[in-house]
Amino acid sequence: MNAIAPRPAAPIPPHARTYRYDAVDREFLAERIAEFEGQVQRRLAGELTEEEFKPLRLMNGLYLQLHAYMLRIAIPYGVLNAAQLRQLAYIARRWDRGFGHFTTRQNIQFNWTKLEDVPDILRALAAVDMHAIQTSGNCIRNVTTDEYAGASPDEVVDPRIYAEILRQWSTLHPEFTWLPRKFKIAITGAPHDRVALQVHDIGLEAKRNAAGEVGFAVHAGGGLGRTPLIATKLRDFLPEAELLGYLEAILRTYNALGQRDNIYKARIKILVRDLGADFAKAVEEEYARLPRDRYRLDPAIIAAIRQHFAPPPFLALNDTPLPEDPAFRAWAGRSVRAHKRPGYASVTISLKPIGGIPGDASAEQMEAVARLAERFSFGEIRVSHVQNLVLPHVRQEDLAELWDGLREAGLAAPNIGLVSDIIACPGMDYCALATARSIPVAQRISERFADLDRQLDIGECFVNISGCINACGHHHVGHIGILGVDKRGEEVYQVTLGGSATNDAALGELVGPAFSYDDVVDAVETILRTHVAHRLPGERFIDCYRRIGLAPFKEALYAAA
Amino acid sequence: MSTPTKARPATAPLAFTGNRLRDGRVVWLGEGGAWVDQLAGARIFPPEQAAEGLALAQQGERQQLVVGVYGVELRMEGGVPVPVKFRERLRVSGPSVAAEPDEWRMAS
Repeated sequence: MNAIAPRPAAPIPPHARTYRYDAVDREFLAERIAEFEGQVQRRLAGELTEEEFKPLRLMNGLYLQLHAYMLRIAIPYGVLNAAQLRQLAYIARRWDRGFGHFTTRQNIQFNWTKLEDVPDILRALAAVDMHAIQTSGNCIRNVTTDEYAGASPDEVVDPRIYAEILRQWSTLHPEFTWLPRKFKIAITGAPHDRVALQVHDIGLEAKRNAAGEVGFAVHAGGGLGRTPLIATKLRDFLPEAELLGYLEAILRTYNALGQRDNIYKARIKILVRDLGADFAKAVEEEYARLPRDRYRLDPAIIAAIRQHFAPPPFLALNDTPLPEDPAFRAWAGRSVRAHKRPGYASVTISLKPIGGIPGDASAEQMEAVARLAERFSFGEIRVSHVQNLVLPHVRQEDLAELWDGLREAGLAAPNIGLVSDIIACPGMDYCALATARSIPVAQRISERFADLDRQLDIGECFVNISGCINACGHHHVGHIGILGVDKRGEEVYQVTLGGSATNDAALGELVGPAFSYDDVVDAVETILRTHVAHRLPGERFIDCYRRIGLAPFKEALYAAA
Repeated sequence: MSTPTKARPATAPLAFTGNRLRDGRVVWLGEGGAWVDQLAGARIFPPEQAAEGLALAQQGERQQLVVGVYGVELRMEGGVPVPVKFRERLRVSGPSVAAEPDEWRMAS
């Protein structure tokens, strides 16, 4: 069923293929899959124990979760083309249960994978230049970036170019394959941080100096998890050519000094916190020892990679008035974002239907988005760290038709940035590490605030939910953060307020004793009623919280107890 | 899968569980060393036989049938064994949320 009228067939333009693999890349992947297939066969034949096999499967993105194996697939910096998304739909349908889960690392997970099928899945991924390498293990994970890269009016530098350079640098880097712990890098090319860079192991802001030269503000030592910390800025303007050398120095310093005997103290954030100013000093000393010329980022390499991200063939258009239809306006008001080119817009597709599972998309929905991307967005799709999808380059005159297509696919929830646009990890419904469920809490909050007028009245508010202290649901930086923990074998939920993941990054404050599974949605209700009662006209939740502090919320939540 | 570590001795009847090697699905140690899909078919060990049960379950690991075996404490509810801990009840019942797209409720 497809209400979208076909357009004349046209080849997918080169820009819409993300980074294109060459023959060397493809040969490597084929060899890697054959190697893993042999390892799977040896495991199934009993020639490898689980202890021997576990690090090998994790190297290929394969976890064993609560109910089944889970395969985590890398989506480099959250950029997909239509063919890749269609292939993910095919994998979901053929080897899983017909859906996938988009993650806060801009990746996708399949929750019902069978071990014996994984080599075939990896071959299907390789056919569209994708893999699952480095989606687990103590290595440099998928580099994340702005989902509006190449489209946003406030962009100064296209971060995809440097994200791809970092991907190539970090992939199979022999020195950084066995770090003390996993390592996450985010990069933005806009002054407005949409990548949560201050809570990453390394956060980069690409920018230009007065002479127009590209450089990077370098932050290190941020992170969430058991010990949440905001990153420390190491450099305000690292010249473009020095990017890899300087990051090499940070990683070397961490690799040498990071704590390996305690998993809870092994992330770089602990080292940065404990060493204080001495960490930056150690990095600079390491950097001074490196052979700079060897690590110098050659402008020719940058130019070659930039070609992979050439702008699509935009037309010279003028801005177009949007249709008056109130339902369309309601959706567009949340989902449509200004574009750097007149006559174009970026569209965020909510994967948070009321009562749905945050970040999940069915195979049919993935195919629908692929089709819509081909028709309306030069074949490009992005995955956001908020677990939504983005069509970056849509003609304004096509928005109404796109909306029709999204509605038909069940993908037109008009709730971007509102209370029901919830980040949630898989939690105990799937994750072996989780101590409580996340998804049904998100679903119940979403259902409680289903009324769009009420959500709009409450205004921008980010609710983030994690099912354990590892914080995959980024609860520390939610305006309202919810952490599920185990208390004597049952689930309870701690609530934090005032977190932020953007330029004003902040860690939420614990509001008080935890709430039961049954009571936590009422607690959110009370928090938001308190906000509405205290806010100034037009004041966002986070601004209201910062102005009035924790006390009124605490009073409202616990006064009756 | 990460298996819960248990420092204290068992105080309740136990069943032994793990994930099946080939597909990762939850299985339970049944009679005669067989691995079954349902807790209802599991062999129940009194707490004083916990070590014996674990040893039998570990045979399944050595036979490359299952991964990550451990004991789950049970209580009786209406004559039916039910895990004491919520996590294990979830492993018995499967995800508490729709795990098939057909079951999703789309409200947009």
